[in-house]
Amino acid sequence: MADRAAFAELAMEHMPALYTAALRMTRNAADAEDLVQETYLKAYRGFGSFSEGTNLKAWLYRILTNTYINAYRAAKRRPEVSDVEDVEDLYLYHRIAPEDGSTRSAEEEVLAGFTDDEVKAAIEALPDAFRIAVLLADVEGFSYKEIAEITDVPIGTVMSRIHRGRRALEKTLAGFAQERGLVGAGPVAAP
Amino acid sequence: MGDDGRGRCGGGEVAHVGCQEAVRQLYVYLDGELTEERRVQIAVHLDECGPCADAAGFEAELRAVVSSRCKDRVPDSLIARVAAAIAAEAELSDPGRAMDAP
Repeated sequence: MADRAAFAELAMEHMPALYTAALRMTRNAADAEDLVQETYLKAYRGFGSFSEGTNLKAWLYRILTNTYINAYRAAKRRPEVSDVEDVEDLYLYHRIAPEDGSTRSAEEEVLAGFTDDEVKAAIEALPDAFRIAVLLADVEGFSYKEIAEITDVPIGTVMSRIHRGRRALEKTLAGFAQERGLVGAGPVAAP
Repeated sequence: MGDDGRGRCGGGEVAHVGCQEAVRQLYVYLDGELTEERRVQIAVHLDECGPCADAAGFEAELRAVVSSRCKDRVPDSLIARVAAAIAAEAELSDPGRAMDAP
């Protein structure tokens, strides 16, 4: 049984990560701040049921995710797109043309060119379930098992959402690189 | 990877996993979520196959870019707001004790 008095000391350090996730989920700062505050209040109230020694960060993410899904998404009242298009493996990689005979420098130029705003926009363009799975895996570094526990879905579904979400993310990012003339519209043909 | 236009796969008899299979397993491999046996099979293939190794390197770097370009600074006002909300909650649920809280 966790002591409520210890809550602030233990939980506050996770706020930057939770706020980042909340921003990507709600897609705006005011809702993200409300979501983080609600998450901390729920966590404080329920801290007695948190077993010490288990993963506090994952527990906080579980509350954040559930609160978002139950409150914020429902409040939007607009039909949420529930699927992403099928994108092939290595979508972005296959569209990078070698530059001066060096594939490596072209790859580095593409990767270095992505701005914070582009990466955030690409993540925010994903439908909820895929966005949350990719965020938890690639921004927060949770394992498949942890994500399954946080989001209450089977591990196979988690894997499918992460992998399909990442491929859709690559396609969006490829679009940004294409605007800069760094990648082609289609896969690069044999040299 | 041999059919992707980047070059021929050089996988010899050591690699029991083909390019197609290696690419299919790449995300799970990079996530460190394969069984040890499977992980070794993919690692052997990546050692043998330059194009697949290059693709794997790119995917890993892309992952790092996504992670590092997706951070936001918490507003000080939010930290203060959450701390105040918790203090108010503590005061409500246990007035005596909350007085001693920092």
